[in-house]
This record gives sequence, structure tokens and C-alpha cells, in this order.
Amino acid sequence: MATLSRSDVEHVAHLARLGLTDAELARLELELNHILDQYAILAGLPTDDIPPTAQTIELENILRDDVVRPSLPVAAVLANAAATNGDFIVVPAILDER
Amino acid sequence: MTDLTRLHAHEMAVLLRTGEVSSRELTETHLAAAERDNRALNVWLTIDRDRALAEADAADARLAAVRTNPDRALDLLRPLVGIPVALKDLVSLAGGQCTAGSRILEGYRAPYDAHITERLREAGAVILGKTNMDEFAMGSSTEHSAYGPTSNPWALDRVPGGSSGGSAAAVAAFHAPLSIGTDTGGSIRQPAALCGVVGMKPTYGRVSRYGIVAFASSLDQIGPFARDARDAAALLHAIAGRDDRDSTSSPEPVPATLAALPAGDDEAAGSLRGKRLGLPREYFVAGMEPGVEARVREAVAALEAAGATVEEVSLPHTDYGLATYYIVAPAEASANLARYDGIRFGPRLGDGDVLANYLATRGRGFGPEVKRRIMLGTYALSAGYYDAYYLKAQKVRTLIKGDFDALWTQGFDALVAPTSPTVAFRFGERLADPVSMYLSDACTLPVNMAGLPGVSIPCGMSDGLPVGLQFIGSAWSEASLFGLARGYEAITADADWRGLEPTDLAAAAEPETPTPADRMRAVE
Repeated sequence: MATLSRSDVEHVAHLARLGLTDAELARLELELNHILDQYAILAGLPTDDIPPTAQTIELENILRDDVVRPSLPVAAVLANAAATNGDFIVVPAILDER
Repeated sequence: MTDLTRLHAHEMAVLLRTGEVSSRELTETHLAAAERDNRALNVWLTIDRDRALAEADAADARLAAVRTNPDRALDLLRPLVGIPVALKDLVSLAGGQCTAGSRILEGYRAPYDAHITERLREAGAVILGKTNMDEFAMGSSTEHSAYGPTSNPWALDRVPGGSSGGSAAAVAAFHAPLSIGTDTGGSIRQPAALCGVVGMKPTYGRVSRYGIVAFASSLDQIGPFARDARDAAALLHAIAGRDDRDSTSSPEPVPATLAALPAGDDEAAGSLRGKRLGLPREYFVAGMEPGVEARVREAVAALEAAGATVEEVSLPHTDYGLATYYIVAPAEASANLARYDGIRFGPRLGDGDVLANYLATRGRGFGPEVKRRIMLGTYALSAGYYDAYYLKAQKVRTLIKGDFDALWTQGFDALVAPTSPTVAFRFGERLADPVSMYLSDACTLPVNMAGLPGVSIPCGMSDGLPVGLQFIGSAWSEASLFGLARGYEAITADADWRGLEPTDLAAAAEPETPTPADRMRAVE
């Protein structure tokens, strides 16, 4: 199985949007490789003809009636946001002004 | 007058109905114990005295109305009216904090009740507060809580197990007769075993997860803790069933027998006769403590003496469970935890653009175990590795589930096994090596992979610490598993360990007793 280099760890941290310190990255490089070593046992198990199991109970296509139901009040939703303005949550600009 | 905290919930229910005890008295007594012990144990992240007493008064009014008005007699069927309950701090309670043991939810107030909170309110239960847990339910010791670890009531220098360690310890320490936990890989059964209480992980889909902080959505399930099988079954009965706000909750009917386990020991013991149980040989794993194995084998012998047949069986893919679980669970967690972005709730850290905010909020808001699992899961799902890890693990999951299905086809009523390979371990003992911590769940996580119900019940002591016995059943067999647990309780009702109690917590309430956080710092 693959081993993770320091730059792999940095790449995964970026994908996960985790800001990690150098010490954390160094420790994770060791720990993740140690854990990945445990995964190696799976490679020896033949599974070509085995279908995957995503969930264990036989439920499918659970749909509710297409009727309007009340949602949470806007004030209750906004109450937990770090920054609000009127009925909106304030975030840093994502698009540049042109 | 006996100490009210020593009563089982079904005994409290009788006293409440006759009026010998009020819910206010019960609630006051439990709140006092919780408040006295919390410095030494750190079981509770919030104790909500005022609201609990208001709920107790409402329950007393409801009970009084039933006593004076026979038309309200149907209410008597509600066994939880006026009974104190603890919630793991990932269950939403409108207006209350819901940290999931994480800094990233500090200050968050749940805007609505979880489905099970609504059900408990309808049932008239009194919610005392919210209990400590491993951050986002990731851990087997409660040492990964951002709010400090919880101590095991049986030995204050040891962990209560996890992730639902606070809920297990609350019941073991007589702070509540009932509590709620969640179990993704063993997070109800393993702490139940380590704290000497009953804990069940129901079938996947048995209880609606609406309003519960999600960890791994194909595995998570909510379940009860109690000090006996009857109480745990009654609590499950109160919260189980289909809810259209959780599309994974099942329409499978909830059997009334859950709320009607035999009260008499003779009837309960007699129900074991003719039961066919499998003893999976792979669950006696390397590293299992001899004292744990001895207690489990004694329990098996007692079940046989009571008329059950026990046959050694094989679950041949058990050894693949750990690796499979530690791909599937982190992968699902990495997706579920993407929502913690500092925008809609929780603290927002960092200056500058959105990306800088994400990196700072998540980098500083999550603790080390959560970061480890997000990293693992993100890697397992990333381009080029999906087939080798996540898809492979889902295929092995099919094989693990197939191992169990083959035994149900052969006609076994249930499997009997250890819950945890060891008794409660010391603070710090497994923190340095994540894999050693993960092995705590070797006997429980295959059950989650297969979506099955499992219950852990006390079966004696090893080195002065509780040992847990696990019954595992086919899907929707919770009532039958509780029947077995109740039968085992009946045949061991006179065992000398039944009378044992945890550490003298009144003495531990002295200010010189180290806190759990002190104890963990001392070993780091």
C-alpha cells in the first residue's frame, strides 16, 4: 500500500481545509502511515466479485409528500452565526469587485 | 428511607404512581449527587437545574392528574414520567448548548429539539443535563473531549470508556438511572462494560437521528444506558420508531415486548431454556485480559446451566473489521464534518479571505483525534485512492455482514461474546498510540459494520473493575436481546458482585481530590 510523504500530508490537509502547524504535520505523517500499515491486511483479501455495502437495512426511495412545511424562524437560524447583517450571514467576499 | 438514587427506574416509577415519592424529590436528589461529584468525575458538561425542576413539577402534575382521574389511566403506560435522564452532549435540546465535546461548537445553542428529545419530553422524562464525550464521538476513553476527560466511577485514575463515557459514568455513579448515548463502533457498549452498566446499540435505523450531531452516517445509532435490562429496554421503547425527518429511520414496528420484560426472576431465567447461542471464537482476541476472558466463560457456563445451548462459531472476517471500520468511519466523518466552517455556527477564526477563515477555524477548532480522522477520511476518498480504500472497505463490509447472516440462517438466536478485551484502562495508557486505542473496539465495531443490535451487560469483576458481556442479534431483535440480558440478570441475581458499588464518591467530593484533567496531565 501507499505511504504518505510530508507533501502528501500537506495536500490532504489542504483538501480537508485544516490549517495545521509544522509539528502537527510532522506527527500526522508518522501516525497516518502507522494507521495505513494496518489497512494493508485488506489488500490480501480477494473481493473482485463482492458487491459493496453502503448501508445495511433495505430501505430505498424514502420520499416525503411534496407539501410546504414551516422551517426554523430566520432569527433562530441567524442566532448562531458569527456575523450577521439584517436577514443575512456576513462572510468575506468570495468574488473580486470588477 | 432508602437512597432514592439507588433505585432502578422501574422502581422509581412505582413510587411515583403511588405518590410515595415526587418527581421533584427524585430530581433534587439526583441533581445534588451530580453537582457534588462533578469536580471529581467531570461527567456533566451542563447540569440544567432550573429546567429539570420545572420538568419534574410538570411530571408531578401529570401524575397527580392520573391519580385523581381514571380517564387519564392510559398515561400509566408511560413508564418514564418523572424519571431523571441524562443526554450525551450531541443530542439537540432547544436553547441548550450542544458541544459534541468540541471547541468548534463552543457557544452554539441548539435551535430545535432532536427527535429523541421530543420523544422523551412527551414521555414525561426529566432531562437533568448533558454529558461529556470524546470529541464528535471519536474515541474510546473520553480523553478526546475538549472539555477534559471523565473519570471512571469505579477507579478515578481510569477512563470510563467512550465515546459516551459521560453517559455511562452518570448511570454508574447514580446521577441518573437512565441516559442516552450514541454508538458508531462501540461507543455505548464499551463504556457500559467499563462502567458496569447496561448499554445497547440498537439496529441501524431503529431510532431517528434527527437533531443528533453526525459522525459516520452509515454506522451511527442512538441507544440507552441503564442499570438493568428492563430499564434500558423501556428507554429504547420510548425513543424508537420511524420519524420522517430521518430518512434512514425504519418503519419496522417497535415491539411492545420491549416495555414488558419479565419482572420475576423465575420467568426471566426460564426464558433462557432452549435458546441457541453462538460463541464467536475470533472475539477472544490477542491481548484480551485473562480476567475478562474468565468472566465471559463463566457467564457462558451459567447460561448453559440455565438451559441455553452455546456452540463455538466462527465469524471468519473479524480480523478485517478494524481496518474496514477505520476507513469507512473516517471517510464518512470527513464529509459530515465539512459543515464546521465557522460561517453558520460556532466561532469564526482567522483574518482575511474565506479560505484563511476555514483553515484557522477548523485547524484550531478541532482536536487531535478529530483532525487525524478527517485526514484519514479525506485521504481515503481522494482521487486515486477511492477504489483502494473506501470501495475496498465497503466490499469487505459485505463479507463481515455475511459472516453474521450465515449464523442467523443456521438458526442461532443470538451470539454471546466479550464487549471489550480489557477492563477500564488508566488515563494516558493508550493516547500515545492511536491504534492501541482503536483495538478497544475490536469486539464491538463489526456489529456496527453489519448494522446489527448489540447489548452489553455486567458479568462480574476483574481486578476490582467491571467486565461486560455482549449479546449480538439479527436485525430488529432488540427485544429478544434484552430478554437474554434479563435472563442472565435473573440467574446471577445472587452473585456476590451484584452488591458492589463504585468508589466512595462522597469522600471524593473533597477539594483535595484531583480532577480528571489533573490526573491526565500527571501522566502526560
